[in-house]
Amino acid sequence: MSDIIRRDPRAEWIARNRLHPLHAAMQTAQTSWMGPNGIVRKNPHVVGFIGPNGLKRIDRSGAQQGGSGKRATASAVVQLPLHVIEQPAFYIAVVPDMIGGRLSSHDKDLLGLANKLAGSDGAVVAVVFGEHKETAFDTAGVDRLLQIEGELFEGYAPEQRVLALSAVESQLAPRHWLLPDSRTGGGELGRRLAAKLGERPATRVWQVAEGQCIGRAGAGREDLVRSAPRLILAAVECAEPVSDTRHEVRQVELLDQIARNLPRIEDLGAVAVDPALIPMAEAEFILSGGNGVKDWTQFHQAAAALGATEGASRVAVDDGFMPRNRQVGATGTWVTARVYMAVGISGAIQHLQGIGACDKVIAINLDPGCDMIKRADLSVIGDSAAILAALIERVTAYRQGGARDAA
Amino acid sequence: MLPDNLNIITLVSIGAHPTSGRARRAEQDARAVELGLRLAGDKLQVLHAGNPADEALRAYLGMGLSELTVLEQPSHGDALPLLNSYLKDAGAQLVLTGSQAETGEGSGMLPFLLAEQLGWPLVVGLAEVEKIENGMAQVLQALPRGQRRRLKVRLPFIACVDNAAPTARQSAFGPARRGQLQACEVAVVDDSLLVDAHFQPARPRPKRLKVIKAKTGAERMKAATAKAAGGGGQVLKDVSPQAGAEAIFKLLVEEGMLR
Ligand SMILES: Cc1cc2nc3c(=O)[nH]c(=O)nc-3n(C[C@H](O)[C@H](O)[C@H](O)COP(=O)(O)OP(=O)(O)OC[C@H]3O[C@@H](n4cnc5c(N)ncnc54)[C@H](O)[C@@H]3O)c2cc1C
Repeated sequence: MSDIIRRDPRAEWIARNRLHPLHAAMQTAQTSWMGPNGIVRKNPHVVGFIGPNGLKRIDRSGAQQGGSGKRATASAVVQLPLHVIEQPAFYIAVVPDMIGGRLSSHDKDLLGLANKLAGSDGAVVAVVFGEHKETAFDTAGVDRLLQIEGELFEGYAPEQRVLALSAVESQLAPRHWLLPDSRTGGGELGRRLAAKLGERPATRVWQVAEGQCIGRAGAGREDLVRSAPRLILAAVECAEPVSDTRHEVRQVELLDQIARNLPRIEDLGAVAVDPALIPMAEAEFILSGGNGVKDWTQFHQAAAALGATEGASRVAVDDGFMPRNRQVGATGTWVTARVYMAVGISGAIQHLQGIGACDKVIAINLDPGCDMIKRADLSVIGDSAAILAALIERVTAYRQGGARDAA
Repeated sequence: MLPDNLNIITLVSIGAHPTSGRARRAEQDARAVELGLRLAGDKLQVLHAGNPADEALRAYLGMGLSELTVLEQPSHGDALPLLNSYLKDAGAQLVLTGSQAETGEGSGMLPFLLAEQLGWPLVVGLAEVEKIENGMAQVLQALPRGQRRRLKVRLPFIACVDNAAPTARQSAFGPARRGQLQACEVAVVDDSLLVDAHFQPARPRPKRLKVIKAKTGAERMKAATAKAAGGGGQVLKDVSPQAGAEAIFKLLVEEGMLR
């Protein structure tokens, strides 16, 4: 925005119009507020300004408030109130899934539930294994963060992780343990922990209120109502995520050494699965092509090089370049990929609906103004063929380099 | 790659049809039987704790089993101690279960508790057994999003299967009639849970509302009509294809997408 001060007739009009919803925002200084006894107080001195002759003037035309001065360019980010627990009366331990190193929406729901259980005296402690990329632990409701690192916990090491959690148990003795009842780890870890601690957990819990918890039972035709046990494996949307407080995220350390055991299960690593066989709705990484893809052979090569599942926009399907079952969007498949790469797709609303649940979106497009760029986390403006060619080259070099390193 | 004298036991329960609630073979348990049949052939042992007169058990026999062992107990009994004492002396190398029962609590804790009490390792989401040699098994574990992980496990171990395991074969009527249900008398232990908990028909879960925390009408209007929120994303303009590809590549590596 330029530095020239301009009159803004509309803003002046809003400042004049006391019934306008934005009227208060246009006032320069605080002129009235709620007093301690609930009476509205006014400060007549801040209303108006001192005119050229030293006389106080009150301008009701709105020109003073609305037009004067440069408008603030960026609206200030609201600082949520900080929720401080100095001496927690008890702990609520949460072990989030941390898919891709970040809190998933399931994790956030769980932290919301934990904050509900912690009330104003308890502290929510999140136990996180290994490195993480999360920057918003504070607004998600984490009072204490316990990070457990070490190569023992890397990869698939559920038995070692359970040992770490039992060390947490003996140090903090949390009032409740909360884990997501998910297939991505939480459900398994929680049940292992339950078996280890000898607690009978409540599983697939979708509501906790007044000491009672309700969880789905059997094949989902019945609910089991019981008093809330120490260990709760909660389903998605078990509670509202924290939205209006900030938390301290104070680091805590484990005092004791974690016991080590001889691993009885050895992780030999991920197995290459043919990405084309993974159902689109489940695929983790989708390379999707639209009307902007001109060279489809190259597109398939790119998908193979990246190890991505292929998707397409409706135009690409209608034109016969891709089969119908690959269409992403309102009339196709609603995908849940963690990384969605849209090549030459403009981002029509019917297409964007289908990728609503995707985490990271990468766009390659010629048009910097299209809607897909607005949705994307990373956009590269340029010709799709050239960029895909460069990407194939880069990835192939990386794969070969990696193979050479391993050898 | 599989030795012929493999001793496998599959634990089965009575399922319930998801809409009618009629007793049937449990979907995941049937998959566990299928996997067992593929690994051990007709030497597979199948074990159930409950009522030996239950007709639904015959659906498992119809998959080609000659007999099915039943540890007799009433429906409110706790199956765990019975199974535990049976398995302790059964000499099995692999015990297969489903990951969650279709009736009762369905917490999916049984394999975990069995593994803890027997001191055996547990594999969750078993999809395939690749080979068994030198007291170790190499197996594939199913992960969400169609991924697979290869694990090496010490024998004996417990494995639960989910919907990634091979689909169960049809149950045939003739073998289901011919198969034997062998009842074993055992001491019964009551389940303590049912003292303070009760079942109720599943309530539909409330749909989460999209709450818009707006103070002014203008903000509400904006929230209701907002298009894809612009900004936030990084836009690379006027860069060479190589530089663009490099940026994409970096993001993919960061997200762990390139394996
Ligand atoms: C009822 C209904 C349902 C629909 N359902 C769906 C649906 O489920 N899924 C769906 O996808 N669509 C659906 N559509 C269609 C949708 O409205 C759009 O028409 C369609 O998504 C557009 O596809 P596109 O982005 O591939 O093509 P276009 O809109 O033509 O966009 C092509 C993009 O590629 C870029 N481009 C061109 N050349 C290059 C190049 N060389 N390099 C890089 N970029 C380039 C252009 O800048 C442009 O942004 C539906 C429409 C209707 C009416």
